[in-house]
Amino acid sequence: MTRMAATRDGYGEALVELGNNPKVVVLEADLGKSTKSLHYRKKYPERTVSCGIGEQNMLLIGAGLASSGFIPFASTFAIFTERAFEQMRNGIARTNLPVHLCGSHGGTHTGTDGSSAQSIEDLAIYRTLPNVVVMHPCDDVSTKELTMQLPELGQPSYMRTARNKTPVLYDGRAGDIKIGKGIVLREGNDAAIIACGVLVHESLKAAEELRNMGINVTVVDMHTIKPLDTELIGKLADECGAIVTAEDHSVIGGLGGAVSEYIVSANPIPVEKIGVDDRFGESAEADEMLEMMGLKSSNIVDSVQKAISRKS
Amino acid sequence: MNGKSISELKEMARKCRVEICKMTHRIQAGHPGGSLSEIDILCALYGHRLRCKPDDPDWIDRDRFILSKGHASPGMYAVLAEMGFISHEDLKSYRVKGGICQGHVDMKWCPGVDFSAGSLGMGLSFGLGCAIAAKIEGSSRNAYVMVGDGEIQEGSVWEAAMAAAHHELGNLKLFIDCNGIQNDDFCDAQMRMFDIPSKWESFGWSVKEIDGHDMEQIIDAIDWMDTITEVPCVVIAHTVKGKGVSFMENNPAFHGAAPNDEQLSQALQELEVSL
Repeated sequence: MTRMAATRDGYGEALVELGNNPKVVVLEADLGKSTKSLHYRKKYPERTVSCGIGEQNMLLIGAGLASSGFIPFASTFAIFTERAFEQMRNGIARTNLPVHLCGSHGGTHTGTDGSSAQSIEDLAIYRTLPNVVVMHPCDDVSTKELTMQLPELGQPSYMRTARNKTPVLYDGRAGDIKIGKGIVLREGNDAAIIACGVLVHESLKAAEELRNMGINVTVVDMHTIKPLDTELIGKLADECGAIVTAEDHSVIGGLGGAVSEYIVSANPIPVEKIGVDDRFGESAEADEMLEMMGLKSSNIVDSVQKAISRKS
Repeated sequence: MNGKSISELKEMARKCRVEICKMTHRIQAGHPGGSLSEIDILCALYGHRLRCKPDDPDWIDRDRFILSKGHASPGMYAVLAEMGFISHEDLKSYRVKGGICQGHVDMKWCPGVDFSAGSLGMGLSFGLGCAIAAKIEGSSRNAYVMVGDGEIQEGSVWEAAMAAAHHELGNLKLFIDCNGIQNDDFCDAQMRMFDIPSKWESFGWSVKEIDGHDMEQIIDAIDWMDTITEVPCVVIAHTVKGKGVSFMENNPAFHGAAPNDEQLSQALQELEVSL
């Protein structure tokens, strides 16, 4: 039976392991229980800084620490990181200080908390910032591995994690995970599905449904949205001739936007985007939200067929 | 470089005022008013106290100085030139393409600048990070921050104020340059701040008020800051925007406007007389 886990747990585990490095500092904004930085606080209270409910202050405390040679990891809900966007831009991205921001509970998949909590624009806004690496992993193993790689990065990052448990794909495969490198989960030449986060799992389901229809697709876990693995996307464009992107995020500016921007300039093939269609969510269970927003495997199947039909 | 006498500091401030006028006049842009109001404090801090090495600006154990009101960069650049972090020739690069003296102070461009400011309300939080870093390392270095009075209208300043007291950052030292004028008008017309000292006291800070142009008072205040080690402290400095140039003094028009040729001549004449 497939192991189920939440990506936020992978983040929390990584922080504890990173604590061996005396330069690692964790910053919290009253959500350590939720983002899972609380495990670090228990083990390293002297290198955990409570910032109260004050995200703007938290990010710049991180910048000050980073300028003094520390490696700060700050986390809160994805939506609350957004109020500190200018701090991220002017205090962290512009100065290229290695502050690592984690936004948990992102996307409509966060569910019953409703639209105020469902960040569907985080990947887009952080992707616009020079120097900032943007990630949205799909399981706890890859989240942990990507987090473990951050101290060596030497530049700021944003990572979206999630509260809800999803199938674990990479048990025993942590070595396959590299920042900036998409992972091919299955291969087929009719089309390529490029997904991130929870939509990776829907994409794998869609691939199975498509196979039963005689359509063979490649599925890629594009856990890093920036820098985008354009080498892989270029290869897929050549081999498959049609791409579908899939994300629990607005269709504007996220993974779909990033892939489209590259494809338009490199090899204009059909691209269809699965994402939240420029609207806000509402309170519902996680799976109900995916259904409501058109983010289920059946929607991906439809988009793959449409993309294939558009091939010249 | 520390240990300058009162008269040396006054002379340093006079020279910096000349440079502030010349810099803004040369490019016909920038912020002379707030540079002239802050300059006596900056000279005193660098000339009397700040532990730093102009020939090794990135020395990790230096005291930090964070000019949060980053638009008042001409004042900062003038002091950095006086201290030898940069040359007086570098001052000609203020706001010029490729120049190290960017419009707002920028740590990526200019040696001796510890924070890239420009958006108000950010420097105090950054200073907290520097102060926390020093505490974790067990270093005795301090983080000094300067904000403007209009700047404390930014809500994030109060997030930082609360957090600094909570974390008992005795190594965090703040100056508020209270010149009473912000971009559009007098502060009292834009957003009255009422009793500023009481606000900081109620947030758990140790507070002292001074005349921000009286060099003796400034030196006493900096020495007083050394004695506050358990809580953050703030010196609320009452200043005059445009101080030292008669037609700029207390004149909102010179928040962000440069002197023209005639005005520069008059300014230089006045600053020469005040030698």
